[in-house]
Amino acid sequence: MSWISNLSRPTVKKVGLSKDIPDNFWDRCSKCGAMLFHSEMTKSHFVCPHCEYHFRLPTHERFELLFDNSQYNLIQLPKVSEDPLHFHDVKKYTDRLKEARKKTKQEEAISVAHGTIGGKRVVMAVFNFDFMGGSMGTAVGQGIITAAKLAEIQKASLILLPASGGARMQEGILSLMQMVRTTIAVQELKKKKIPYITVLTNPTTGGVTASFAMLSDITLAEPGAIIGFAGSRVIEQTIHETLPPDFQKSEYLLNHGMIDQVVHRKDLREKLIQLLAFFN
Amino acid sequence: MHYLDFEENIRLVDEKLAAPNLSESEIKRLNSKLAHLIERAYHRLTPWQKTQIARHEDRPHTLDYIHDLMPDFFELSGDKNFADDKAIIAGLAHFRGQTVMVIGHEKGNSTETRLKHNFGMARPEGYRKAIRLMKLAEQFGFPVITFIDTAGAFPGVDAEARGQGQAIASCIATQVELRVPIIATIIGEGGSGGALALAIGNKVLMLENAIYSVISPEGCASILWKDFKYAKQATRVLKMTAKDLLKFNIIDDIIPEPLGGAHRFKSETIQRVGDAIQKSLDEVNKLSKETLVIQRQTKFLNITSDFHHKKKF
Repeated sequence: MSWISNLSRPTVKKVGLSKDIPDNFWDRCSKCGAMLFHSEMTKSHFVCPHCEYHFRLPTHERFELLFDNSQYNLIQLPKVSEDPLHFHDVKKYTDRLKEARKKTKQEEAISVAHGTIGGKRVVMAVFNFDFMGGSMGTAVGQGIITAAKLAEIQKASLILLPASGGARMQEGILSLMQMVRTTIAVQELKKKKIPYITVLTNPTTGGVTASFAMLSDITLAEPGAIIGFAGSRVIEQTIHETLPPDFQKSEYLLNHGMIDQVVHRKDLREKLIQLLAFFN
Repeated sequence: MHYLDFEENIRLVDEKLAAPNLSESEIKRLNSKLAHLIERAYHRLTPWQKTQIARHEDRPHTLDYIHDLMPDFFELSGDKNFADDKAIIAGLAHFRGQTVMVIGHEKGNSTETRLKHNFGMARPEGYRKAIRLMKLAEQFGFPVITFIDTAGAFPGVDAEARGQGQAIASCIATQVELRVPIIATIIGEGGSGGALALAIGNKVLMLENAIYSVISPEGCASILWKDFKYAKQATRVLKMTAKDLLKFNIIDDIIPEPLGGAHRFKSETIQRVGDAIQKSLDEVNKLSKETLVIQRQTKFLNITSDFHHKKKF
């Protein structure tokens, strides 16, 4: 298999951004307005201690939070040819990619790592919403396919944590096709009896919701995450009505029977350990 | 007949031709003029013009194809769970001697029928009806023939509450593993996930002036240009025409429309689509159940941004 030669040797634990924000730096919670020290936010894994609002958790912190001893191996994802459509709107797609890379210090909107959780082998893929809204183009699709194949080879469980606005417009129809390609990849795991878990984080929408994210064996979500297919503004414009206050939130999906559990970030690792223990 | 903005000259000649008591020579002259004007308007259409044609209200819709190609159509309704969604029409029929399951988006062709079919915008129960009937087709070994023609899945509170995303995902997953042939034809508008949900074919065909895109040009314009009025520009960058999609290996074949478009030459277009479906069906009917699944999956897995290296199964 050629793709496996693209996987880099297991590298580092704790990769990622250095803490260049001083601990005494404080900020305001955009939800409840409480003043928070940065150190406080890091300790609470970016959950507001006052209103429990779940902010976006940087990718490396997500891996550290969930993997045993905060240890994991990042996978180098296969390269795909960029900008197949030579897309430009008010900006060139290639420039948008450059900016996103500079901003996130990541190659693409997805990171894949493997390690253990509660002693069980796990392959985990995490989306970074700061990279072009976590949108799914060819590279992200290939990332998910790679993660699923790695899980199959390692006989590890697959855990995906999407945070995405949906398909990436700048790759046009090729992005739409990632919905099919990722579906093929995760459906294959079912035949192999490999547990596939998604933890839906804020936001999980569009083509991501309408493909691999909703095809998991077990579907968890973080509190208050927006999860849906159509954007709320589009819906409002279509039906000319105000939307219910908890519309498309995790709790709303739970009440409508669409997901298995809403799990607070502080409990997520323990819940995953408990869940993985049910499977061989 | 509804005329598009670039068909103005055609309309004028059509009107003259409709006048009573025309001499034979006059009719001949007008017809040759008409042919010339159609040729001029249609020989090189812009992506925006194709978008207009793809959305043309007189364009043949799923029920027109069913009516002409499958006269013994027996409609099957409902997801046996919540409701029947008429935005997707489905049922059994003989297609040129073979029993098939036909499933397609229906937009309607009058105010009344458009409302009945919700303008071809399906809710979760529509996709769940499709899933149910695809599985029924698999049970009896009937090929599935789909017609794609939708602006997109319905964006509504009820649709979200009942899991629009989950329904579309499951519909895709069903086709990915279905052990009977699937022939998908994009006949008009192929709008995003709502269209894709019926388009996972062993063969994906597309009418010459149909469009197929990740997002509507208006949606793309309002996000990237912050103004939906830039839709025309969006059609240029999105690469949504049949010609583009053939280049990207997204579709297997383009079905040529008569010059003047499917809306002008309905029955001829329908026959051409029927012939193309039959040709594709003849090819995949020979494949075993296992090969059908492998062929379909390989085809989609081989769609990459490296489309210059054309891979064929």
